[in-house]
Amino acid sequence: MSESLQSWGRYPRAVQHVLRLRDRSSPLPAFSGHALPRGNGRSYGDVCLDDGGTLLDARGLDRFIAFDPVTGVLRCEAGVLLDTILELCVPRGWFLPVVPGTRFVTVGGAIANDVHGKNHHKVGSFGCHLRAFELLRSDGTRRVCSREENADWFAATAGGLGLTGVITWAELQLKPVPGAWFDTETIRYGQLDDFFQLSAESEHAFDYTVAWIDCTARGEALGRGVFSRGNHAPTPTSVGEPREGGLRMPFAPPFSLVNGSSLRAFNTLYFRRAPKTSRRAHEHYRPWLFPLDGIRDWNRMYGPRGFLQYQCVLPPAAAHDGVHELLGRISASGSGSFLAVLKQLGAIRSPGLLSFPRLGTTLALDFANRGPATFELLDRLDEVVAAAGGAVYPAKDARMSGERFRGYFPAWRQFSEFTDPALSSGFWRRVMQ
Amino acid sequence: MNSQRVLIIGATSAIAEAVARLYASRGASLYLIARDPARAQAIAQDLQVRGAEAAHADALDVSDLAAHAGAIDRAFNTLGGADVTLIAHGTLPDQARCDTDNDYALREFSLNGTATIALASRIAQKLESQGSGTLAVISSVAGDRGRASNYLYGSAKGAVSTYLSGLRQRLNARGVNVLTIKPGFVDTPMTAAFKKGLLWAKPDQIARGIVHAIDKRRSVVYLPWFWRGIMAVIRGIPEFVFRRIKL
Repeated sequence: MSESLQSWGRYPRAVQHVLRLRDRSSPLPAFSGHALPRGNGRSYGDVCLDDGGTLLDARGLDRFIAFDPVTGVLRCEAGVLLDTILELCVPRGWFLPVVPGTRFVTVGGAIANDVHGKNHHKVGSFGCHLRAFELLRSDGTRRVCSREENADWFAATAGGLGLTGVITWAELQLKPVPGAWFDTETIRYGQLDDFFQLSAESEHAFDYTVAWIDCTARGEALGRGVFSRGNHAPTPTSVGEPREGGLRMPFAPPFSLVNGSSLRAFNTLYFRRAPKTSRRAHEHYRPWLFPLDGIRDWNRMYGPRGFLQYQCVLPPAAAHDGVHELLGRISASGSGSFLAVLKQLGAIRSPGLLSFPRLGTTLALDFANRGPATFELLDRLDEVVAAAGGAVYPAKDARMSGERFRGYFPAWRQFSEFTDPALSSGFWRRVMQ
Repeated sequence: MNSQRVLIIGATSAIAEAVARLYASRGASLYLIARDPARAQAIAQDLQVRGAEAAHADALDVSDLAAHAGAIDRAFNTLGGADVTLIAHGTLPDQARCDTDNDYALREFSLNGTATIALASRIAQKLESQGSGTLAVISSVAGDRGRASNYLYGSAKGAVSTYLSGLRQRLNARGVNVLTIKPGFVDTPMTAAFKKGLLWAKPDQIARGIVHAIDKRRSVVYLPWFWRGIMAVIRGIPEFVFRRIKL
């Protein structure tokens, strides 16, 4: 059946034949042409699309296999959502070691994009806590991969964008936590230098750090924002679960709600709303780690043309000047997003050949798709990132050139020896041109 | 309260698996019967991680009527009786093939009708002697009136619904509840080939309705609820009109 499954950015559009996987021990279903394994479709661009081909929808592989409440080792099928794992394990005193900004991604997707979270500076990427997985290739062969066994396949598949085969199950090391709550602190800061200072001083004492930045601010105020940091609260609390906001974008409006004036208004208000001095709070993991999950289908607010997210990382030596330059180019363009995020990534090495997380400063923000002007702006941002020796995150990308990709990820050549000949994606065909 | 004891036949069906997860999260003990033992075992493992007190898997081809008694005995012995039993196996026959291939049609009728009635009868005897419990069976809205597009399936489900209606009367005074479940269109592997529209429901949604109806000791439940109205209209169409329309 042909379905127009979309990516989270709702750009580009693709039409694909969808085959659902349900049984981890079955062979892959027959398909003609190229195919791509897919999780919950929360990557933004075209790493989860296979226009003109087949999607192997892995969400039906959603069974747990084993959980050891003593060691915190969890084995489950690759289509299990991180949300389901948290629901199950938090009451038992275990937490996922790494979560991205949404809990609605599958384990397979988290591996394939080697995702990172607000605690990257302490624990590294998702793949750092991945003990093993099974890789099913289109030729029917199965390999259990870990750091010891089939280590080369492990390195190719973590961050491998689903191109090395279908991950059927995975085994993760969870981390013990007292409960579902966080002790958090929110600090408003006035300029980019403050961000680097706050990050440096928070690095050791706080497991989780992230900053929201006002991407419309210019001049002296460039890079101003609100810094958040937190730790798992040390004592279990009997406080009830927070009510999930039942907010939802019911449909895509005919035009983007994000435009120059709404952006400036929102960003200024958001900045001013934050207290001038720091504010401490006790927050449940859901609103604190996943604020956007509280508004279902928020991606629709960008209207029918969708949006592009841009996330890059700049190495430490070039970070300050590079971020300054990027923010300058963005604010001058008048585009950008409500939620722009800046975070210091740590030195722990990611395990994948194509893993994005690395030591440096990462900037992420959305751009409503306004056609050529948006693409030209992103190309100009690429100039800065490339000159700084940084990289752009494939999971967010829908437009970087093959030349840029190969510069950002020099291990691509080694990686390409592991790709499954029957698998491909819109992203991969684009960057291999 | 001791954990609920739940027996599910056709346990690898998408609806049955969703029902099993709801019981697992309540800490129930489950016994799963399915044709494919490896898949049943994978589901049993999953249910244990999700909180089931215990989860057993057993193999049975329901078209092998002679094997029914043994499988049901094993289940009742292992669980020490059953509080909830669910019969969920089924196929969706190709009506066009049924129209020309008699053997195929009868095989499908047997699988969706005769085998279900045989299982219901055996389970009813167990529950009757136990003097408690619920027998829930997945029938279908298709059983409410024969329609040209799938009347072989509809007639098998109609037989099941009629049988259960009588069984419910018989067991009413014995403390045993019989629940007839009539789902409408459900998005499962059984219906993978269909184009999905507004009327289609997800297995999770159907499963919540089933567990709720079992908890409330209902007799007949349409899932989602609006199918009760739709089928009332379809049943109400006079035959002289009905024979002329395509449905």
